[in-house]
Amino acid sequence: MANVVNIILVAVILLNFYVLGTSRLGACVQAVALQGALLSLLPPLVNGWSIHGLGLAGGAFLLKGLIIPWLLLRAIRQLRIKREIEPRIGYIPTLVLGTVTTAAAFIFGDQLPLLPAHLHSMIIPTSLATLAAGFLMLITRRKAITQVLGYLIFENGIFVFGILLAEAMPLMVEAGVLLDMLVAIFVMGIVMNHINREFSSSIDTDHLNLLRE
Amino acid sequence: MLETIILLPAAAALLAGLLPWARLRPLLVPATALAHLVLVCRALPAGLPGTEYAMLGIDALGGLTLLVISLLYAVSSLYAFGYLRCHQEWDNRIFICCLLLFLSAMSLAALARHLGLLWVAVETTTLVSAPLIYYNRNKYSIEATWKYLLLCSVGIALAMLGILFVAYADLKGYGEANIQLDHLIKNGFLLSRPWLRAGFVFLLVGFGTKMGLAPLHTWKPDAYGEAPGLVGGLLAGGLTSVAFLAILRAMQIMTAAGQQAIARQCLLALGVTSLLFAAVFVIRQHDIKRMLAYSSVEHMGILAIGVAVGGLATYGAMFHLLNNALTKGALFMCAGNIHRHYGSKRQCEILGSLKVLPVSAGVFLAGFLAIAGSPPFALFLSEFTILRGIFNTGHPVLCYLFILLLVVIFIGMGSTVIPVTLGPTYGEEVESPRYRDTLLTAGPPLLLLLAVFGLGLYLPEPLRLLFENAAAALEVPQ
Amino acid sequence: MLTHLLAHLLLLFVLPPLLAGVIARTKAVIAGRRGAPLLQLYFDLWKLFRKGMVISSTTTWVFRAGPVIGLAVPVLASLFIPMGGIRAPISFAGDLILFVYLFGLARFFTVLAALDTGSSFEGMGAAREVTFSCLAEPTIFVIFIVLARISGSFSLDPMLDSLQNHIAHPEAGVPLLLAGVCLFVVLLAENCRIPFDDPNTHLELTMIHEVMVLDHSGPDLALILYGAAMKFLVMGAVLVSFIMPPHPASWFMETAAFTSGLLLLAVVVGLVESAMARLRLIRVPQLLVGTSLLSIFALVLLLR
Repeated sequence: MANVVNIILVAVILLNFYVLGTSRLGACVQAVALQGALLSLLPPLVNGWSIHGLGLAGGAFLLKGLIIPWLLLRAIRQLRIKREIEPRIGYIPTLVLGTVTTAAAFIFGDQLPLLPAHLHSMIIPTSLATLAAGFLMLITRRKAITQVLGYLIFENGIFVFGILLAEAMPLMVEAGVLLDMLVAIFVMGIVMNHINREFSSSIDTDHLNLLRE
Repeated sequence: MLETIILLPAAAALLAGLLPWARLRPLLVPATALAHLVLVCRALPAGLPGTEYAMLGIDALGGLTLLVISLLYAVSSLYAFGYLRCHQEWDNRIFICCLLLFLSAMSLAALARHLGLLWVAVETTTLVSAPLIYYNRNKYSIEATWKYLLLCSVGIALAMLGILFVAYADLKGYGEANIQLDHLIKNGFLLSRPWLRAGFVFLLVGFGTKMGLAPLHTWKPDAYGEAPGLVGGLLAGGLTSVAFLAILRAMQIMTAAGQQAIARQCLLALGVTSLLFAAVFVIRQHDIKRMLAYSSVEHMGILAIGVAVGGLATYGAMFHLLNNALTKGALFMCAGNIHRHYGSKRQCEILGSLKVLPVSAGVFLAGFLAIAGSPPFALFLSEFTILRGIFNTGHPVLCYLFILLLVVIFIGMGSTVIPVTLGPTYGEEVESPRYRDTLLTAGPPLLLLLAVFGLGLYLPEPLRLLFENAAAALEVPQ
Repeated sequence: MLTHLLAHLLLLFVLPPLLAGVIARTKAVIAGRRGAPLLQLYFDLWKLFRKGMVISSTTTWVFRAGPVIGLAVPVLASLFIPMGGIRAPISFAGDLILFVYLFGLARFFTVLAALDTGSSFEGMGAAREVTFSCLAEPTIFVIFIVLARISGSFSLDPMLDSLQNHIAHPEAGVPLLLAGVCLFVVLLAENCRIPFDDPNTHLELTMIHEVMVLDHSGPDLALILYGAAMKFLVMGAVLVSFIMPPHPASWFMETAAFTSGLLLLAVVVGLVESAMARLRLIRVPQLLVGTSLLSIFALVLLLR
């Protein structure tokens, strides 16, 4: 069982690298969807098969793996864009930074004062690495939709950390969190559509510089 | 009972969404707001539920925030009715739905006793206020909405990380991860120190972004600058109070864990930075709404400093919460009126508005005096109390810095407000019928300002007791 | 011992053209064609050895030396790696560095021979080839470090031989998998396969490796083709040792398993070539750097 969990966590990190390095938007969205779907399998595997775990897994799979990617792919189709432009620091430096932060997460993760049960699991380093990858995407990408994808990866990282703390969040609150994410992506999609319309068919956030001191 | 406070605006939002008649929809807003205010006033004297696993409950801090929100919203709703009548050509269904959901989410945040529920409520406020900012569909407001949405969502995500760290602290120290507030306060000394501190830092950064403390305030000038006046007032008065409440909950947990000193230092650092940023950027600010945004940053800094210093200053900060909300509401609504009349919010294009909009510009001018802290308005009393608190705890340098920055802000704001209101009028050779002050659009700001004026002269006993209880909740239990 | 050495040399000299034929046949089958016979490269080599050569007058001895070294290097390098049940004839600590740099030597002489002709096409191909190999080199070294750490030895023979003992070990499983994937990408890059270089293109501007050997003919061309196929066998042998089953009884069975592993690898390469198109030239550095970072990640996973 620990093996399967470790394989899923490594796959999550590999998907981080893939998203950091690719410029094809459709592939990015599908990779984040796959990441969400894989992560939704983790709570029952780590915490046992309870109603809470299964409910959370089902809800997360539905939302992160199916509905949110569908919303984003629909947004991409409406905006008629396929590729990201060169990010602010280039793809190769972004990948290098992602690797450095992943390595740092693994090294640092073992130094944290964890419970003995969590000490050698890969969950905390994966969570930190995914947080870093999401943050990197948020700050280096130019198009609005890749920034939204970075936000989703960031939330995935937080989800990984939350797996250790299953009993902290009752199912109702967890459902609220997932629903909030869904509505956030929905609202962001609408805003992106409006940006596209206002700024003559482009969601390049470099154009959003009219408001300044 | 408490659920009604939250569900009533939500049900009204649903009704507004379904109602097909656009002329009737604006009526729902003041009706709901007044009913909400009545419910809140009836719920306030009630005490805490007492059990450790209740999700909702009303205590002094939550009750104070709820009262502030409800009062501001009630008066703003009257303005909203008038405002929506001015813009009948725009579709108001989404606006009214989001406005009502906004009230519901803020009430949920004030009443939440579970950190996860608090998070859900604050995130919901971010999401429903984004369409409100974008109401006047132009490229500036879409840019402001995007920045607001992304920055606040990331900030709230960081706050979630902080909540999870706190839960881990509970897991490590107590043995089970439970983030219900009463449980955490009761077992505070058992929580694992490093995780709790890390969690507090993330909570502070996350909810500080929402509150608008510098250096996390960068979305504020854009969002408040481009939002309609009504929305700006609600955000500056209501949403910041809710975010402040979230930070205060984190302070409560840190106090219960014996880490109050560190928490206070962090908050003090952010507070002083906010004052500095506000002082620098409010000078030569040509846009009246952006100027008000920086004023909001300043007052968030004052609130943070008040709580960080402790003792008498905390009482002052609680009083300041109410004053700031009411005054900001009035100021933003008047700024909105002035903007609508002149079609611009830049100082060079608005001059001498007192002659054409006597009530709005007059309240704007008086509101400027109030927000800068001059007597007899209540803000003078609350800021003075905070200053006394700072002096009592022996921080003279902080005291002088505080006064100096307030003076700088007064001068900076004055250099914008005075030409806008007083002096010769600009551009009155008009063709089309321009906006004029009506009862519903000029009355509510006047009402709010009179309330602030009244509070400065006489503080009702129940209110004073509420402030004291709220301040006591933040001190170490004796 | 002598039988082992003879079997090793037999595999080394006889198998490479068959592997090239398997790759071509796989691509043809996927494309719906019948394709050339499996033994086509043997016939081609036989034909080329009997032909005459046309040598440009601007070239020097370097032009003749390139193909010779291109054949000699894989032969030498193969002496360091085990082939199934056959132990490597030569083995000492640190021979993996010699292994990598022997191929560097071959590449150096191929590039020199290409520049020697003075043609601009060859120069362009040489520049590209050198760039891509530069980027693939860190990957190979990190992969070897990962393998050395897993097996505990710094010499190729014990390292590759003991991999089947470790592959089931949970600690080493995932890093080994990642290292295998990276090694496969490097194999494709070094042997000029799609997605790095299209071996069937006839447009000089899109060639990388073929354009460097554009001016060779006759026996020299035969040496180059043979040497390239042998290089594929030698590098593939390193990769196949990842998937070898645990030690069966006789060395013969093990070598047979190894040979079938090589053929399977050729089929997989053919499948990959059929499924993808060649990458745009600016994407190739990104892919190679991504592969090195992936191998570094495998190392991090191993070291924690």
